[in-house]
Amino acid sequence: MRIPCPCCGERGVEEFAYLGDANVVRPTPDAPAEAWLNYVYLRDNPAGAHDELWYHSAGCHLWLTVTRDTRNHAVLAVRSARDIALARSA
Amino acid sequence: MPNATPMRGVAMRCGCNNARFPIQGGLLQRRGGTVRHDAVAWGYARGADRHGVDIIQNCEVTGFDIEAGEVVGVRTTRGPIRAGKVALSCAGNSSRVASLAGLRLPIESHVLQAFVSEGIKPLLDNVVTFGAGHFYVSQSDKGGLVFGGDLDGYNSYAQRGNLPTIEDVCEGGMALMPNLGRLRLLRHWGGIADMSMDGSPIIDHTPLGRLYLNAGWSYGGFKATPAAGMCFAHLIACDAPHPVATAFRLDRFGRGAVIDEKGVGAQPNLH
Repeated sequence: MRIPCPCCGERGVEEFAYLGDANVVRPTPDAPAEAWLNYVYLRDNPAGAHDELWYHSAGCHLWLTVTRDTRNHAVLAVRSARDIALARSA
Repeated sequence: MPNATPMRGVAMRCGCNNARFPIQGGLLQRRGGTVRHDAVAWGYARGADRHGVDIIQNCEVTGFDIEAGEVVGVRTTRGPIRAGKVALSCAGNSSRVASLAGLRLPIESHVLQAFVSEGIKPLLDNVVTFGAGHFYVSQSDKGGLVFGGDLDGYNSYAQRGNLPTIEDVCEGGMALMPNLGRLRLLRHWGGIADMSMDGSPIIDHTPLGRLYLNAGWSYGGFKATPAAGMCFAHLIACDAPHPVATAFRLDRFGRGAVIDEKGVGAQPNLH
């Protein structure tokens, strides 16, 4: 499996560290316990396209949001997680 | 302990003297061993059949019939099946099947690889494990070394893994037994494990009535099968958890009562 890093180009998966589902968003501190349960523990875990966070630890140190097909490991899209977070908070 | 007589042979094969990290000690479980996984599955299938269970192969569940918050049947590729109680125990794909009933589980599916070397003369008559990297190795009746280690570490339903993990597992093997270095791999494969968010299983009711869940066995399910089956059957028959399985609740994540043996948090690829 290789991930095309927008900064470094296509690199082997051994250069990256995996965090997990990129679509869970941290709730506000006063959010109900159920929102925190959803954020910390519950996952869609789809068989198919999955947005997920990867850290290019042996490269440029960018956090990436990679859309990957969990059925065959094909990488469908790669974006900077920072850009997505900024757009989300805007 | 390497100096105890029965362990000396293992220790000698494990490169105690010349290793960069010499083996200082170990635990010996004399009654431990291996079973042939196919034979175990066939044994359970025959036992269930003798007890009157119908096993319908090539029959995929496509949905649940839910009436007033209770599951009253399943829909399958071979037609609907009405049921007084429904047990969800499918491993690997627990999230997918549960989603058909509208449930989200504290589970991620991950790929775990295993390997078999070419056949060699008898080398190991026991199972050797190595806590670093979850490495384990034993020898099959045909002479091949059967071994494995860590998860690949990312969500996957692909039933195949990637080369960096193969390298990592083989490094674990070489660190423990340097004499494996010239062996060739005969075959390897990947299986899907439903990794719970705290690394411990779930045997419990679901928020839906009459639907029971046995999931999240991570990569420990095979050896737990007899106990898991007994506890799950008890739950379904008595509508109350078996005394030894009262902690394996689905709601423990919301209550802060997780069973996180390594204390690594909600990161399935670290369990």
